[in-house]
Amino acid sequence: MSSIILAESSPAMPLDYVSDRLARRRTRHLRETIIELLLLAAALVSVATTLGIVFILVKESLVFFEHVSLWDFLTDTQWTPLFDDAHFGILPLVSGTLVSSGVALLVAIPLGTIIAIYLSEFAPFKVREIAKPFLELLGGVPTIIYGYFALLFVTPLLQLLIPELPGFNLLSAGLVMGIMIVPYVSSVAEDAMRAVPMSLREGSYAMGATRYQTAVKVVAPAAISGLAAAYILGISRAVGETMILAVAAGMQPNLTWNPLEPAETITAYIVQVALGDLPHGSVGYQTIFAAGLTLMLITLCFNVIGHLMRKKFREVY
Amino acid sequence: MTAISANLQEIRTIIARHKRWDLLFSLLGLAALMIGVLTFLTLFGQMVIEGAGRLSLDFFLNFPSRRPEQAGILSAWVGSTLVMVVTALVAVPVGVAAGVYLEEYAPKNLLTDIIEINVTNLAGVPSIVYGLLALGIFVYQFGFGQSILSAGLTLALLILPVVIVATREAIRAIPIHIREGAYACGATQWQTVRDHILPYSSAGILTGVIIGMARAIGETAPIITIGALTFIAFLPPLPFTGEPTAGLFDWLTSPFTVMPIQMFNWTSRPEEAFHENAAAAGFVLVLMTLTMNGMAIWLRYRLRKNIKW
Repeated sequence: MSSIILAESSPAMPLDYVSDRLARRRTRHLRETIIELLLLAAALVSVATTLGIVFILVKESLVFFEHVSLWDFLTDTQWTPLFDDAHFGILPLVSGTLVSSGVALLVAIPLGTIIAIYLSEFAPFKVREIAKPFLELLGGVPTIIYGYFALLFVTPLLQLLIPELPGFNLLSAGLVMGIMIVPYVSSVAEDAMRAVPMSLREGSYAMGATRYQTAVKVVAPAAISGLAAAYILGISRAVGETMILAVAAGMQPNLTWNPLEPAETITAYIVQVALGDLPHGSVGYQTIFAAGLTLMLITLCFNVIGHLMRKKFREVY
Repeated sequence: MTAISANLQEIRTIIARHKRWDLLFSLLGLAALMIGVLTFLTLFGQMVIEGAGRLSLDFFLNFPSRRPEQAGILSAWVGSTLVMVVTALVAVPVGVAAGVYLEEYAPKNLLTDIIEINVTNLAGVPSIVYGLLALGIFVYQFGFGQSILSAGLTLALLILPVVIVATREAIRAIPIHIREGAYACGATQWQTVRDHILPYSSAGILTGVIIGMARAIGETAPIITIGALTFIAFLPPLPFTGEPTAGLFDWLTSPFTVMPIQMFNWTSRPEEAFHENAAAAGFVLVLMTLTMNGMAIWLRYRLRKNIKW
């Protein structure tokens, strides 16, 4: 009797037990899969952002180019999209962008490079420990503050030197923008130079080279791809910078290559239009997307050049 | 004998000359650093001198006004705070999740490559382009309007690369034997991430989040683009107040202004008196971003010192 009961129930026990474990394993597996998918979805947000940017810029620009021919957009020398006599030549905005970026880079690239070489090759440990966070702070100051500084401090100062300088000009905006970009350039450049293996420096010192000779003739050329990356980063910062120029450069489209004049950049134009009440679907609404697309294409160009340069100059140790 | 010593003399002068270049370059480097430091100190000092007269409790509790001596930044700092809340609530979970995925889960395939390239590229996109994205997608496509919600989402997308990169770096610093230990005890991948990876990397992630938030709080251009107003003399509705009663989330759809926009508005007015207000608002803004950046730097410093695996 009892043996029969045992025979009936004993196989059932482990069976139940096993199936329970299997079920738990399955829910565990399912939960793991769901979590992985959720994490993947979060990672895909960045892809969605890029797609969104391209989609919205191209979509609105296409509507814009139905009204304005691409030829006019690229060759007309006036940018007066909101006037009765509307002209849609992007050149004045592009010239303003390039001149202000040029001024900024003339400040940021030499200063950034010197600081990077100094910090990585010359500075004592203590100086580096203090200087690096300080430079980071300099890069963390909101750009609107730099704009205020350019308009109300640097411009009056420059007017003492150049009396005919107008209150809004590309020069002071560009100078201040250059100071703003220095930390970005110097930190990437320094990282690149610190990545150069010690053996190269030791070889150079063993040959009797001084620090300066080692830094300029050995370390900097070895880190050239990183330096190029730092400069490209500086350029795309300068081209995309907005508030300093919106505040201090004046918001008049002006086809000029002279930094002493007021002018408007692509970014400042977008701010100017957005400040007015912007009816959805109006010409003003579409022009800022066309301007934004131009800006994206310019930064894309620089990024591609930077990528090619990095590939060409990549040093293998 | 004399020929050799003359030769030695010559070599010594050459070495001395080259060593002088060392010294010169050291001085040049210090001077370059000083330009940065002095600019910063001048900027800070100028704002303190210019704006100190306006800094009082009233300045924080008054709405903007046409009379400069009565104008304050109440709506600006409340707006900034609310926008930051939305930004943090979106950017932190999404950014950390994306970082965890890329570091712990992602297989080596095309999709992973695309995501990684994307994150790098997005870090270089000008902030005003995010503004255009938000204007097209959030404001008009999704119909969120020119609201705190739109602004918070925009800034969240903007700082997402910062959070992702910080998360990845923090996770990469955790040695593999921590994971192996967890797996050996039978933990699943998620349990390993939840109980080991995330707690150990939390300080590094926090550093990235603080830097991202400091950047977001000073960001002006993308918020102007979505149409934040420059003159706001009211606060977003508190939950469950007002007539008719506001819901729990009504503040999300309210018009708003933020600190940098308030400052931009005052800076671009021709009247001198408003420039004082701009300086005072700028001082508050710099103090906020500096505190946050300083906190992040300090955290990183402590982190580097303490962890020994």
